[in-house]
Amino acid sequence: MALPVRKPTRVRPAAPVALLVLAGVGAAFFVIPLIGLMLRTPWAATWDQLRSPEVLAALRLSLLASFSATAIALVFGVPLAWTFARLTFPGRAVLRAVTVLPMVLPPVVGGVALLLAFGRRGLLGGWLATTFGIHLPFTTTGAIIAETFVAMPFLVITVEAGLRSMDTRFEDAARTLGASRWTVLWRVTLPLVRPSLAAGAVLCWARALGEFGATITFAGNFPGRTQTMPLAVYLALETNPDAAIVLSLVLLAVSLAVLIGLRDRWLGAS
Amino acid sequence: MRLGIGAFELDVDLKVEAGEVVAVLGPNGAGKTSLLRGLAGLLPLDAGRVVLDGVVLDEPAAGVFVPSERRPIAMVFQDYLLFPHLTVLENVAFGLRSRGTSRSEATATAHRWLERVGLQTEAPRKPGSLSGGQAQRVALARALATSPSLLLLDEPMAALDASTRVDLRRDLRCHLESFRGVRLLVTHDPVEALAMADRLVILEQGRLLQSGSPAEVTQHPRSRYVADLVGVNLFRGRASHDVITLAEGGSLTAAGAGEGDVFAVVHPRTVALYRTRPDGTPRNVWEGRAVDLDLQGDRVRVQLAGAPRIVAEVTPAAVRELGLDRGDTVWIGVKATEIVVYPA
Repeated sequence: MALPVRKPTRVRPAAPVALLVLAGVGAAFFVIPLIGLMLRTPWAATWDQLRSPEVLAALRLSLLASFSATAIALVFGVPLAWTFARLTFPGRAVLRAVTVLPMVLPPVVGGVALLLAFGRRGLLGGWLATTFGIHLPFTTTGAIIAETFVAMPFLVITVEAGLRSMDTRFEDAARTLGASRWTVLWRVTLPLVRPSLAAGAVLCWARALGEFGATITFAGNFPGRTQTMPLAVYLALETNPDAAIVLSLVLLAVSLAVLIGLRDRWLGAS
Repeated sequence: MRLGIGAFELDVDLKVEAGEVVAVLGPNGAGKTSLLRGLAGLLPLDAGRVVLDGVVLDEPAAGVFVPSERRPIAMVFQDYLLFPHLTVLENVAFGLRSRGTSRSEATATAHRWLERVGLQTEAPRKPGSLSGGQAQRVALARALATSPSLLLLDEPMAALDASTRVDLRRDLRCHLESFRGVRLLVTHDPVEALAMADRLVILEQGRLLQSGSPAEVTQHPRSRYVADLVGVNLFRGRASHDVITLAEGGSLTAAGAGEGDVFAVVHPRTVALYRTRPDGTPRNVWEGRAVDLDLQGDRVRVQLAGAPRIVAEVTPAAVRELGLDRGDTVWIGVKATEIVVYPA
């Protein structure tokens, strides 16, 4: 006798009512401001606002700076994360704390610190200017540096956590098969922590895109050069609230598009 | 070789001949995996040396250490550790690619290996979709594709279902037989060790206790661990004029015990139990208390506390006749001719 095959059905967990209420409040906290923004958007004027050179310049600069910052963070942050996850050396805990400090530091303080390091009379700034003719403060490069400074820690700690939770015996297996340390890193370690790399990069990029304090302090607010979207929004709020709303909406749409686009392709979410 | 990890210390002197299949058998935590990692170069030695085909791979005193990737040693890991992001084919080709073989040549060799283990149809798939037995064969192909002189296998059957283990063990033995280098297998499963190996090596608490053919080891156990595996009583003591004074207390009289430190083996089947003190032929008679009774097939294994403690195997009928239960006191008798004695 053939037994009827039943599809396994998942039993829905019984949710405590109080939990659902609190979750609802939590969700509303994010949804209501979004609705507020949508309701107040002057949709009729949006298109004109969007085509204004100031908005386009700010958007272009924001994307350039945030993606550049993410690229720099990947190049330097992944090796740093690997160092923290795999090596033990004196002062590691302190160094690690210093690296993630920008996450808790008010960004303005970060901007001041950057000025003292790379400013005209800063620790390295004078040397950079006289030796290489490089001036970082109040330039687009400066904006990128400021964003990297604030956003890279997100990448470092995410990738470090991924490296720590990874089964390092895969690396052992690769080595017994004759892979050099460099090959192990490229062909085994990094592919295995890809979800962490992607998550770290997205977090880093999102933080860079929204960066305000360190950027305005270190790079200033020059339209087309250092005036990124958040800066433009803040300034427009004083002079032209409608423009501020449209700018916010653009920022929102770009963020959502990138987050959703990356989610399926890179984060391995099903 | 000697190596230490924290408080754990492994101290082993092992010589393996070319073409041998050696099984290292020992309880969990005996240092089996550390031994393999030491050989593979994943764990540097603290002292001693590792030599393969006359080449020193690790000798701290001489400042020699050949890193894993440059040793002609391949390893099959306990849960196979197939790279989940690579296809089955890329997994098998990994070793060759890492050692600088061209892509086309590595792919061709990997295909040949997959064919040998009967998995060419799985080549384009990811290892996640393989069954345990298939994963084992891919791991074996991946290890052998690099043509190592020494193949290490860490508990190769442990990750498999008990139901498929017998068939897969036969498969694995066939595949291992086609490889001519030294095969060193680590396991805590005595059946696996006996089925696969030319030579058994018993490791316990980081020490090599015994090494020999499966028959030698099982007939003349030199540790309680092996004695328990084989199911015999093992005693250690000092013999003098056919009387062995045991280290744990008590003594045994055995025919031809000789002189000096000896092991004595008593098979549980040869241990007789009596309600009252027997006055018959057994030369060894002492009183003991039944600590535990355990029905095994058509026999009852009776654990007896006394000087010395011993395990007896009797029929259920005998237990009924004796009226024997846990905590009861009985007389134990062992004939002097039933005790196998060999030098310690």
